[in-house]
Amino acid sequence: MSTLKFLLQKEFRQIFRNPTILRMILLVPVVQLIILPLAADFEIKNINISIVDNDRSGMSQDLIEDIKSSGYFRLINYTHDFQIAFSDIESDEADIVLEIPNGLERDMIRERSGALFIAVNAINGTKAYVGGAYLSRIISAFNQDLRTEFSSENRGTAIGVAVINWFNPMLNYQFFMVPGILVVLVTMVGGYMTSLNIVKEKEVGTIEQINVTPIRKTHFILGKLIPFWVLCVIVFTLGMFVVARIIYGIVPLGSIFVLYGYLALYLVAILGVALLISTYSNTQQQAMSLSFFMMMIFILMSGLFTPIESMPQWAQWIAALNPVTYFVQVMRMIVMKGSEFGHITKHFLIMVAFAVVFNSWAILNYKKTS
Amino acid sequence: MWDIRLQSVSKSYAKDAEKAVNDISLHVEEGKLFGLIGPDGAGKTTLFRILTTLILADSGTAQVGGYDVVKDFKVIRNSIGYMPGRFSLYQDLTVKENLRFFATLFNTSIQENYALIEDIYKQIEPFNDRRAGKLSGGMKQKLALCCALIHSPRVLFLDEPTTGVDAVSRKEFWGMLKNLKAKGITIMVSTPYMDEASLCEEIALIQEGNIMSVNTPDEIIDQYPEMLYAIKSKGMNQLLQELRNSELIATANSFGEYHHITLAKQGTKDLLIQALSHREDVELKSVRPTIEDCFINLMSNG
Repeated sequence: MSTLKFLLQKEFRQIFRNPTILRMILLVPVVQLIILPLAADFEIKNINISIVDNDRSGMSQDLIEDIKSSGYFRLINYTHDFQIAFSDIESDEADIVLEIPNGLERDMIRERSGALFIAVNAINGTKAYVGGAYLSRIISAFNQDLRTEFSSENRGTAIGVAVINWFNPMLNYQFFMVPGILVVLVTMVGGYMTSLNIVKEKEVGTIEQINVTPIRKTHFILGKLIPFWVLCVIVFTLGMFVVARIIYGIVPLGSIFVLYGYLALYLVAILGVALLISTYSNTQQQAMSLSFFMMMIFILMSGLFTPIESMPQWAQWIAALNPVTYFVQVMRMIVMKGSEFGHITKHFLIMVAFAVVFNSWAILNYKKTS
Repeated sequence: MWDIRLQSVSKSYAKDAEKAVNDISLHVEEGKLFGLIGPDGAGKTTLFRILTTLILADSGTAQVGGYDVVKDFKVIRNSIGYMPGRFSLYQDLTVKENLRFFATLFNTSIQENYALIEDIYKQIEPFNDRRAGKLSGGMKQKLALCCALIHSPRVLFLDEPTTGVDAVSRKEFWGMLKNLKAKGITIMVSTPYMDEASLCEEIALIQEGNIMSVNTPDEIIDQYPEMLYAIKSKGMNQLLQELRNSELIATANSFGEYHHITLAKQGTKDLLIQALSHREDVELKSVRPTIEDCFINLMSNG
């Protein structure tokens, strides 16, 4: 036991003595947590629209006013020639072209129907999709207004839909993103730092000197993992109760105890991954590349940015084998929905399995290589 | 009583690779200062790593202090000190922290074995709070030696401790080894410097994983089969060329101020002087061979 105590003492001493590492561990996550959610904003604003108005009527003016006042669109060209508007798309100045045909107002009044044409620049898929949807929604609202204006007899028959957004009533994407990004940051600190630290001992050669002492391998490994486990908990606490609360006003609805319980378990799994990476690399450069590769997959396939359900089947399988996925889900469940332990038992058991698998694999491989 | 025993030990790092250590058998008596002499890549470090239980040999058996390096590696790790060729202490910990850390790993303390390291430690004690990475080369080496001695080991393994160290520190270091030997510690030390061989009680000349000769330095020198001459004159480079082309000469090697030569069967000293009569300031004398001469001789005959 005293050996472990001295190992931990030595490890913490080294960590606190290295200002770069300390800064990396404490400052970088906080700064990233402040910056990243602002960048990872899925609300799309400033969609550039070019309008071809062949009608130039009161109705077309009303529609254009509606579009402009929605706040999502920026009118960059108002013309009467589709070719001009299309060249705006070609030169990437416009994201969407709306063409209003000649005689829209007349047709609407006489025949009660009219057609609009929307052309979308789909190079940025998300922007095109969301922009197209916004525009359609504005047009259909406009349509609804016309209908009620022209045909008072239809008024009672329309189906009205009222939507209530549970758990995030204002659809504040930050409530959704910040807990998820916090998971990513904790994962990166745990994954990178730990594997680099272990590999450093190999690279510098200190492990030779350690290996000729009677120290037990389990003590050595624990001496490496425990300090980073503690640091990750500190990073998490800083992120959750300082940055998320003060800057984003996020207060976890569920039990803090369950949240930390899951964090504790999750960190064991992630540190197992880090240990595994370190057994497969001999230099810090190798460890860095390997962790980077793993982290990219872990993060992109965790359902943090894009819903897993809309991924292809094979990608869903990868996401299911990704520990980050489960912690992101648990975080959102506990922080936003206030889920109890009973709701996350499945997640809990899966994470236990991850922790066991990664750590035993790492220890087996560690024994084999030394 | 043997403290180190190797019985036909072989090791190669990859399947088809050449053997780093090839069928080596070796015995080192208790309390001896034993030198492994050989150039870089001779297999010295591999041998050390096998003996310090860091790697397993492919075949053969090895014992340290009477214990098997495979079965009883735990006992061995408690009773040996190892100083790798590369400085392997924590550069970001101070002198004292390093020493204390390694002491605790062996369940001991600096005080307990202070007597053993006192002479060496005293020289670095003024720098107790300096980080190991900021020490000079000689200081680092003293610290590493202290750390290897902190648990009062029975056998000490030093892998090229004097490589890259200045001449004064080297001399000092060998002095320290003599003192340690006097305290009854068996020491195995490796070095690529042939001139250090004579400072050991017994040496093994090792080359490409094979041991060429094991004996005391004097015996090895006595076994040198030829008469050895040292020769010098004006224009040493041309002289060497001329000697190598001469039928009177068997071997000619540059050796500091002189060239060391051995004569061929048909050559005699007089004939050689005659042949070189056109050169100025020729000086020819017979000399006692050095370990380097023996090494070159064994290498070319082996």
